[in-house]
Amino acid sequence: MDLKDKLLTSHIAFEDHLKADSPLHDLRSNALKVFEEKGFPSKKEENWKYTSLNSVLKEDYSFSPKGESVIEFKDVKKYFLHNVDTYKIVFIDGVYSSFLSETTHDNIDVCLLSSALDKSKYKPVIEAYFNKAAKKDGLTQLNTAFTKEGAFIHIPKNKEADKPIEIIYFSTGNEAAMFLQPRNLVVADENAHVQIIERHQSLSSNAVLTNAVTEIFADKRAMVDYYKIQNDVLSASLVDSTYVEQQRDSICSVHTFSFGGQITRNNLQFKQLGEHCDSILNGITIIGDKQHVDHNTLVHHIAENCESHQDYKGIFDDSSTGVFNGKVYVEKEAQKLDAFQQNNNILISDKATINAKPQLEIFADDVKCSHGCTIGQMDSEALFYMRSRGIGEKEAKALLMYAFANNVLESVKIPELKSRINKLIANKIGVSLGFEL
Amino acid sequence: MKYTEDDLKKELETKEYEYGFYTDIESETFPIGLNEDIVRAISAKKEEPQWMTDWRLESFRYWQQMEEPEWANVHYEKPDFQAISYYSAPNGKPKYDSIDDVDPELLETFAKLGISLDEQKKLAGVAMDVVIDSVSVATTFKSTLAEKGIIFCSISEAIREHPELVRKYIGSVVPQRDNFYAALNSAVFSDGSFCYIPKGVRCPMELSTYFRINQANTGQFERTLVIADEGSYVSYLEGCTAPSRDENQLHAAVVELIALDDAEIKYSTVQNWFPGNKEGKGGVFNFVTKRGICEKNAKISWTQVETGSAVTWKYPSCILKGDNSIGEFYSIAVTNNYQQADTGTKMVHIGKNTRSTIISKGISAGKSQNSYRGLVKINRRADGARNFSQCDSLLMGNACGAHTFPYIEVDNKTAQIEHEATTSKIGEDQIFYCNQRGIDTEKAIALIVNGFSKEVLNKLPMEFAVEAQKLLEISLEGSVG
Repeated sequence: MDLKDKLLTSHIAFEDHLKADSPLHDLRSNALKVFEEKGFPSKKEENWKYTSLNSVLKEDYSFSPKGESVIEFKDVKKYFLHNVDTYKIVFIDGVYSSFLSETTHDNIDVCLLSSALDKSKYKPVIEAYFNKAAKKDGLTQLNTAFTKEGAFIHIPKNKEADKPIEIIYFSTGNEAAMFLQPRNLVVADENAHVQIIERHQSLSSNAVLTNAVTEIFADKRAMVDYYKIQNDVLSASLVDSTYVEQQRDSICSVHTFSFGGQITRNNLQFKQLGEHCDSILNGITIIGDKQHVDHNTLVHHIAENCESHQDYKGIFDDSSTGVFNGKVYVEKEAQKLDAFQQNNNILISDKATINAKPQLEIFADDVKCSHGCTIGQMDSEALFYMRSRGIGEKEAKALLMYAFANNVLESVKIPELKSRINKLIANKIGVSLGFEL
Repeated sequence: MKYTEDDLKKELETKEYEYGFYTDIESETFPIGLNEDIVRAISAKKEEPQWMTDWRLESFRYWQQMEEPEWANVHYEKPDFQAISYYSAPNGKPKYDSIDDVDPELLETFAKLGISLDEQKKLAGVAMDVVIDSVSVATTFKSTLAEKGIIFCSISEAIREHPELVRKYIGSVVPQRDNFYAALNSAVFSDGSFCYIPKGVRCPMELSTYFRINQANTGQFERTLVIADEGSYVSYLEGCTAPSRDENQLHAAVVELIALDDAEIKYSTVQNWFPGNKEGKGGVFNFVTKRGICEKNAKISWTQVETGSAVTWKYPSCILKGDNSIGEFYSIAVTNNYQQADTGTKMVHIGKNTRSTIISKGISAGKSQNSYRGLVKINRRADGARNFSQCDSLLMGNACGAHTFPYIEVDNKTAQIEHEATTSKIGEDQIFYCNQRGIDTEKAIALIVNGFSKEVLNKLPMEFAVEAQKLLEISLEGSVG
């Protein structure tokens, strides 16, 4: 029995555990039907041309943990931003861990999706937003069909989250391979501000496949900063779909830092519904071994006077593969637009591969749209310059890589997170420069 | 009375396709439909040897198993391949010894096109292999070329006279089962041009052919094969116009270029087939497979100006097989009214230190859709490969669309790839600047469009550059208010 059949048969059991009159029942069964029809994506689909999930779909996954796993804080402390105070929403094998978490209902709501789905207090928000931005593709629908747990963040009008919010999904892999499907919902009302950091971390060497879906809604003048840290172990794979809908004058940014994992696929889709929106999509990818990272972005411009900025940098070593498939779609109403898309890549090894497809689809005439894509190596003259001044080859290379990725790093607004990512990059390149950028 | 922009717009909207006329020459046309017998009949008609007939039949069998591709960003009613007549030849003697023997009506056709043979003969420097509806009716300057050992004739003649060359190279760059239309072409191609430049010869003149679709309901399936032997050089021009017809006409050509060591081929196209009227009715379907292969130190350069056809599906490509080979692609694609163009190139780098340049300029107006679709592939062993791509789009009005789909696949760390694309419109300030210096809006637009396309126009041979500039003006007239 393959994974698809297993998922389809397990859905009945899954629904049994939930309340029968759950308002989401219809939504779930409809979503399951779509998945049944579409199944897992194959390389024949244009959007999956360069990424095959076949190798990770072969595993015999279990869908829910049999027993409750306990993790000591000291064991996982390093995965948190420990030098700054944050709200924390922590899940272990898909189950909420109240012990490790720090939630709040004071002014803002930082809690669980499961409780938000149940409580009548949240009904208006859930009805207005849940599953409204998510696309109808197979994997997203699969997540919707199995929606049970995840983070729920709601920032009311004119409120600001007083500290960053960390969402961490641990998988213990205590019992063979795990298939996890977390679902996050972020709603920022008018003029609300929030910063969120999301991380998926496997604690064992058993295979983990995560099919995560996040929906972000930014109302008028809201500001949402979302950071994704992907530095998982090599046995873990991630399909991360994020859907953002913006109203007028809102600013949303999603930063993706991909350093780990076996196969990482990021689907990031922005929809600008009002004027003067700004969307920022940034990413740094540094991978080696046989890792595979695929960034699939779409910015859908519908309203006038908006902006979007995409900047993705990639450094690829060993037999790794990088994919960038970015698309800017400009409706004919979206005049006076400024859309920019940049993708720069460096190949370090002979066996590394890059597949890039930066696309523009434009139906409006008074717009400024441009994209650039480069693939190259480190400048040998720059390396020689540094080496002639007594900087070792490894350090000189690291410096160049830092400089290469710096643009994106500079736009991280949480200083503690920035230095953390700095360390991750240093670690990844294998040098310590003795200074922080 | 003041002549306003609206007047101009009206005038242009009602302006009929200049080259839209139909010459009544008694044609010998096959019944419609396609099956093995038709393929055999075409082959027999052309007095082809057995191997060619077998090759056609093989292609036909592949074609039957294939499906029409749908990935391109174009929408149209699929042609019914059983409702097309696959062969049509102008009647009368198949060959003419002198220009006087040519059917006077045919000569008139050329006169209307502004390419009368007399003129062409006098113009010197351009040898024409004229293809009107499938059969080559006149060839000039053959003797001049023959002195140098250059073979320039119709492909049917080449199959008869030089079977060893044709047999060796046909289908070597575009295999029979390459794609749906290439397979169809391989099965039913009626005629086309063949060109062979011997070792170390520099072709003294620009070789050119004119293709026209004349007879209603006949698809034109021409096949071009250009072989440049070691160290040779040739510049080849191809130009097209077609009469105005209401039904969509299908055009599925295959062009194969072979540049052996140190050879250089320059292939230029001006395509101005009937684009359909302003409601989007009629027009030519242009599904073309063009590809060249470069051996060591060879160079292939594609230049195209695409202004016609209702639907264009065309990707002139280079396979850079030999070390140090060079591929170039310069393109201007103009779409107006309901035209759709999905065009671009593929640069496949296999040899070491191979270089490629892509300059693509798309201009969309009216309700048209213009797409650039390109692939740059650097193979694992293509050390030191270099590519530069630039795709610029110009939009006029907000009813049209510009699309860019560049595919970049790199497997080698020493590759250096740069791709950039921009989209813009003609600035009001630019037009204002021209206006205040006494240049009217229409002229100003022509001026700006010419400037936008200059990089590509400059690559065209003299004869074509003038024609192309005029074409751009005509195609875009009345598209900006």
